Amino acid sequence: MSVDTVSLTGWGRTAPTTALRFRPRSYEEAAATVLGCGPRGSIARGLGRAHGDAAQNAGGSVLDMTALDRVRAIDAAAGLVVCDAGTTLHRLREVMLPLGWFLPVVPGGRYVTVGGAIGSDAHGDNHRAAGSFARHVTEFTLLTADGEVRTVHPGTPLFDATAGGLGLTGVILSATLRFRPVTTSLMAVDTQRADGLDDLLARMTRGGHRPYEYARIDLTARGRATGRAVLVTADHVPVHALPASARRTALALRPAPRRPGGLPFLSGLFGRLSASALNEIGYRSAPRSRTGELRSLAAFFHALDAAPHSNRVSPTGGRVHYAFLVGHGQEETLRRIVGRIARSRCPSFRAVLRRCGEGGPGWLSFPAPGWNLALDLPAGLPGLARFLDSLDEEVAAAGGRVSLTEDARLRPDALAAMYPRLPGFRALRAELDPTGAFRSDLSRRLSL
Amino acid sequence: MKDAFGAPQSLLVLGGTSEIGLATARRLIAHRTRTVWLAGRPSPALEAAAEDLRHRGAYVQTVAFDALDTESHETVLGKIFTEGDIDMVLLAFGIPGDQERDEEEPLAAVRVAQTNYTGAVSAGLVCAGALQAQGHGSLVVLSSVAGERARRADFIYGSSKAGLDVFTQGLGDALHGTGVHVMVVRPGLVVPDSAAARGTGGPLATIPFTRTPLVTTPGAVADAIVTGLRRRSETVWVPGALRAVMSALRHVPRPLFRRLPV
Repeated sequence: MSVDTVSLTGWGRTAPTTALRFRPRSYEEAAATVLGCGPRGSIARGLGRAHGDAAQNAGGSVLDMTALDRVRAIDAAAGLVVCDAGTTLHRLREVMLPLGWFLPVVPGGRYVTVGGAIGSDAHGDNHRAAGSFARHVTEFTLLTADGEVRTVHPGTPLFDATAGGLGLTGVILSATLRFRPVTTSLMAVDTQRADGLDDLLARMTRGGHRPYEYARIDLTARGRATGRAVLVTADHVPVHALPASARRTALALRPAPRRPGGLPFLSGLFGRLSASALNEIGYRSAPRSRTGELRSLAAFFHALDAAPHSNRVSPTGGRVHYAFLVGHGQEETLRRIVGRIARSRCPSFRAVLRRCGEGGPGWLSFPAPGWNLALDLPAGLPGLARFLDSLDEEVAAAGGRVSLTEDARLRPDALAAMYPRLPGFRALRAELDPTGAFRSDLSRRLSL
Repeated sequence: MKDAFGAPQSLLVLGGTSEIGLATARRLIAHRTRTVWLAGRPSPALEAAAEDLRHRGAYVQTVAFDALDTESHETVLGKIFTEGDIDMVLLAFGIPGDQERDEEEPLAAVRVAQTNYTGAVSAGLVCAGALQAQGHGSLVVLSSVAGERARRADFIYGSSKAGLDVFTQGLGDALHGTGVHVMVVRPGLVVPDSAAARGTGGPLATIPFTRTPLVTTPGAVADAIVTGLRRRSETVWVPGALRAVMSALRHVPRPLFRRLPV
C-alpha cells in the first residue's frame, strides 16, 4: 500500500487541504487504514470528480480507492455485476456493453467510481425514468468504523444512510449493480431550441416518451431571451431500427468523435465576454429542431470527457459548482433565480436543467421530484459568496435543496431546512461511529 | 473549515485590540466566521472588542497573550488549537514605537524589535506548526510598507517589519504544499477610518501623502485581506497601487532617496 502526503481539492479546485493518502490494494489494507487512522479520521475518495470538499480530510487520512478496481463477477443473463468500489463506470461500460448491458444511470462523466456514485447517489439525464444510482444497487459491502465489513441491502437504515451519505458511514468496498439491457450502442437524439425559459419549461413539461432529457441553458442571455436553451432528449436505438448492414456491429464500442464538445474546457481562461460568446455559439449552432440523429453512447454521454483534465484550466481561485433543486410547482422560484443569475451577468459557461423524478431512499440523497439546475461559476467573482447565499435562501424557502456532493460553500445553518432527514443521519453516525473515524472537510464545515 | 471563497469559520487574532484585526474579524463574521479568539494583553479594550464582536453574532473568547513573553507562546497558543480547528490566524500585533525617543533609548528600540519581530517569529512558528498538523488554514501576517525600504523617519520600526516580512515569505515557502496558506499583507500608511472620512485638515495634514491615494484605512486593509483569502494570494499590498510605487522606490539610488519627501 502506498502512502504519501498530498494536497487535495475537489474537481472545482477550491479550498485545498493536505492529508495522508493511502492507496489500499485489498479490503484488509483498507480496514487496517481505517482502524489505524488518527484523531482526524479518514474518508474514502474515488476519482475526485465531485466539485466540493466531500472527499478531502485536512490533516487526516484519505483512502484513495482507485486501486481496488476489480470486476469480480458478471451475470450476463440477469445483467448483474459485482465489482470493487474503485471500479470506474467507464470500465464497467466497456465490460458490459458487448454483452448487451448498459449503465442504468450515467452521471456527468464516466470517470466516476462505483463507490463515489453510491456515496453521492449520482443521477443522470434519465432520472425521471431510472431514478438515481442507488436504486440500481442490489447490495454493497461497507467497512465500518469498528473494522467490520457489513453486507448492506436496500431497505435497511444503513443502506439509506450510505446512499448519498458522502462516505461518512464507512468505506464502500464492493457493490452489486443491476444494468439495463440495450441492443445497440447508439442513441437517437432529438434536439430543439427554446427561445426563453417559459418556452423551455413548457416543452419539458409537455414531455415525450424519451427517457433521457436535459437542457443546456444560456444563463448569460438577458431580456426576453432569458433562459433560452437547447433541449436534448434521447433514447437507446433498438437494433431493429438499424439498417441490416449495421446490425452486426450494433453493440460495438464506438469512441467519441473529436468534436467541439470539449470546448467548455477553455472556459476557465475567460470571463463574461467569452461566456456570452460561447453560450451564443452553443445556442446558435444547435438545430432549431432535429429528430432521430444517431450518436454513439460516448458522444452523447461523455462530451465533457473529451478533455481529460479540463478542470486544470480553471480561473484563479477555482470554480464553484452550484447545483440546486426546487420541487414541481415552484417554477416561479426557478424563474426568479434564472432571472437573477442572468441579470447579475455571472459568466456561467455550462448550465444544465433537468427534471428529476421520484427521489431515492437516501437520507442525504440530493435528487427529488422537481427542477434541477446546475451551473459552474468562477470562484473569484467578487460578491459571489453573498449572491449564492441569497440564492440558497430562495431555494430553501421553496422547499428545495442544494447538492452536498458538489457543495463547497453552503452556510451550515441552511442545511437543516434542505435535508429534513439529517437528524436521523446524525443519530445513525453517532451510534455507528462514536469516535468519528469517518470525517471529511465537508462534514467539518457543515457539522454533518 | 474554509469554504470555496476562503471564508474561515474560526478565527484567531493575535493582537486582539488591533484596529485592522477587528475590522477583519467584523467582515469575516458577516461571511462565515462563528468562532473568534482574541489574543492580547488583558485590558478593558480587549473585552470591549470581544463584546462588540459578540453583538455581531460570533462566539468570542479572549486569551491572555503577550508577544514579549515568547516562552509562554507554545502553551498559550497550543491550548487554543486543542479546542478545535482554527481556519485562520491573523498575526496583527505590533507597535510603531517613537523613532526619536527610540534612537536615544536603545532599550525602547529593542522593545519595538522584540515585539514586532521576535514575538511574531515565535508566535508565527507556533501557529504554523499547529496549522500544519490540522492540514489546512491560513496564516495572515501584517507586515508594512515601511519594511520595504529604510526611511530616515521610521527605520527602527521598518527594520523590525522587514525582518518579519522576510520571515513570513520564507515560512510561506516552507509551508507550501502542506495545505497551509501564508499571506503577507503590506499596508501603506494606515490612518483611522474616521480620520480618513474627514479628509484633509486636522493633525493629519502634517503627515506627508495624507491626501494621496497611498494612504489606507483599517477597513480597506480588512477588505484586501478578505479578497486575498478568496484568491489565496501570497502578497497583498494595500492600496494595490503601492506594489508599483514601491517597486519603483526600491530602485531609487540612496543619495536621491534621502532627499525624497517620503
